[in-house]
Amino acid sequence: MEAIILQILNGLDKGSAYALIALGLTLIFGTLGVVNFAHGALFMIGAFCAVTLSRIISASHTIVDDTQTDFLGNPLKVEVPYVYDWFGQATGDAIIDWAVPLSILFAIPVMIGIGVLMERGLIKHFYHRPHADQILVTFGLAIVLQEIIKYYYGANPIPTPAPSAFTGSFDFGALMGFDPGQIIYPYWRIIYFIFAAIIIGGVFAFLQFTTFGMVVRAGMADRETVQLLGINIDKRFTLMFGIAAAVAGLAGVMYTPINSPNYHMGMDFLVLSFVVVVVGGMGSLPGAVLAGFLLGIVESFASMRVVLDIMPGINQIIIYLVAIIILLTRPRGLMGRKGVMED
Amino acid sequence: MLGLDKKDTYLLLFVAALTMLAPFLLNPFPEGSAMAQFNAGYPDLMQRFVIFGVFAIGFNILFGLTGYLSFGHAAFLGVGSYAAMWMFKLFGMNVLPALGLSLVMSGLFAVLIGYISLRRSGIYFSILTLAFAMMSYSLAYSVLATDMDGPDRQGLLQKGLTGGETGLQLTLEDPRIFGEQTAGAGNIPVPNLFGREMRSAAELNVGDWVFTFSAGYYFAALIMLLSFYLSIRIFRSPFGMMLRAIKSNQQRLNYTGLNAKPYMLTAFVVSGMYAGLAGGLMASMDPLAGPERMFWTASGEVVLMTILGGVGTLLGPVLGAGAIKYMENILSKINSDILHQWFAFLPDGLEDFVITLIYPFIGKGWHLTLGLIFMAVVIFLPGGLVEGGQRIARMFKRKKPTTDTPDGKTTPAE
Repeated sequence: MEAIILQILNGLDKGSAYALIALGLTLIFGTLGVVNFAHGALFMIGAFCAVTLSRIISASHTIVDDTQTDFLGNPLKVEVPYVYDWFGQATGDAIIDWAVPLSILFAIPVMIGIGVLMERGLIKHFYHRPHADQILVTFGLAIVLQEIIKYYYGANPIPTPAPSAFTGSFDFGALMGFDPGQIIYPYWRIIYFIFAAIIIGGVFAFLQFTTFGMVVRAGMADRETVQLLGINIDKRFTLMFGIAAAVAGLAGVMYTPINSPNYHMGMDFLVLSFVVVVVGGMGSLPGAVLAGFLLGIVESFASMRVVLDIMPGINQIIIYLVAIIILLTRPRGLMGRKGVMED
Repeated sequence: MLGLDKKDTYLLLFVAALTMLAPFLLNPFPEGSAMAQFNAGYPDLMQRFVIFGVFAIGFNILFGLTGYLSFGHAAFLGVGSYAAMWMFKLFGMNVLPALGLSLVMSGLFAVLIGYISLRRSGIYFSILTLAFAMMSYSLAYSVLATDMDGPDRQGLLQKGLTGGETGLQLTLEDPRIFGEQTAGAGNIPVPNLFGREMRSAAELNVGDWVFTFSAGYYFAALIMLLSFYLSIRIFRSPFGMMLRAIKSNQQRLNYTGLNAKPYMLTAFVVSGMYAGLAGGLMASMDPLAGPERMFWTASGEVVLMTILGGVGTLLGPVLGAGAIKYMENILSKINSDILHQWFAFLPDGLEDFVITLIYPFIGKGWHLTLGLIFMAVVIFLPGGLVEGGQRIARMFKRKKPTTDTPDGKTTPAE
């Protein structure tokens, strides 16, 4: 029992990342009908937003500190972050410590900007070209974005720790009445899951309960009629692309403490996210979320010692295996709508 | 000639001339001159040109003719490499049986994957092939690389079927029952064709120029020409016509009472066998096979090559493969010192400025250049380099309407 709960918990954080990326992919596909291979790159750019912000706020200048001396007795030169000067040492430390959560505020406008720019500048011209062309041009864009990040940030992973308040682990077992020490789970992963749930809930609420969301949903169902009613649906779809980019970006920001960002993390996630979208059903938002969590949990169960002893290596291929089985038995995916990309 | 019409014969002869004279054509600059780094006439790179040419020609038979975009073609490349390696290990270093086994194994593998993947089309087909390729990669990397001999034996399968991260390598203990187990000086023998070693090469010095003629290159080039000839025949055959019909409207084809599946599967298997052949050739040139050949970036690379050269054209994939491999090898060699040499004539401040502008695009950043060129091609020139050539040729023709001699390089392939 403890083992099962632990595996479900383990699957949740990866599942959250899959679900968030797949949600963005599906939003773009559902609104604009574009298969976006550059979505993984957006996830990666989000992660590097966190890196950038934490570099900006720890930007420092050197002063000579007379109170400290080095081993020769000379006054020591110390690096003092600007935030110390502005807010005092205690607040400054807290700000640097909380760089990753603060990056959320920084990443939202940046990612929406990048998304809108991408849609207006490039993807707009590909609505009437075949899906293969859309895949290819966004694939090219993904390479370009990835290489730009590599040029500025280098090829090595950049550790970006979570706030020190959340670095520990949490004894989940004790809380649920099992023996203490059985189910230990890092705080940050719980936060990641809660965060993902909030974002997913937010996107659904936005689509369901606002006028803007209603128009977007109407546009997804029947674009032409909405246009005939005199609504500029293109403008709203562009913003939806921006929001989808922001969702991917935020998933990236919050993922940095779990996995140090490097330039190819987007591509690694992208392949799996596509599998997730296809399993969930192309164009179905709840399907994407469900499949994301499901595959995350399935993957974590497959990496259990017991399972690996029976079928070695199954954890490496389980997601693809599930995808192949689902695609062949339920061609529309778990929750796919009728008539969306059925060929 | 050979069942080809006049235009195709010219095209084949043109490609044959290009590949046979490649050691001269790719070495236009004398040794030791400042431009010598643009020379691509060394065996290693030339072999890669033709091997990836084979890979891209095969990919084009699937994607160019039927429009099915496979994102997992590298799986067959990897299978071909492993098959050839096992042939070297078990039976001997002759490359022909090795290539034969590559073809058979990749063909079988393609039947399996194709039969399942072709039940869906469009983006689903791409995802399915991608999933299969990634599965093969993961398996080759982990499970198939575990000790299958048992812990107390040091046999052939000590590192599994694939050798895992370090790849499958030849060792002195391999049986090689039909060939010599060790070469003269106690070394591991090298792949050969009836005694002619693949890595042997002759050099020709003309003035400052050094031309290298490598046995491996010419062998691979002959195979490439053969596969090119075969692809022309496929393009011109009723079978090729049927594949084009699938691309333009599969539904209508079904309404006429034809079952498109067997044609699709044949195209997929042929295309997979081309990839397997390319993999076998890779192992023949450099006896090593690793799982990274199956990674999805390798599949992406062949897509890039085909698109860059021109999808659905005969010459396109060969040109694309050449262009990308040339860029990979030559562009990535340029470093900031070389740039400083080139721009030494500019005033100091300007020189540094120009170099800062160019620097991200060369050396390690050559992928950035590749991505930008690729995007430009997809956006502005969907027909790739071949279409670009045709457009230029058309411009010429408009200026001189009387001359209509077919230009070999821009012959429309379709």
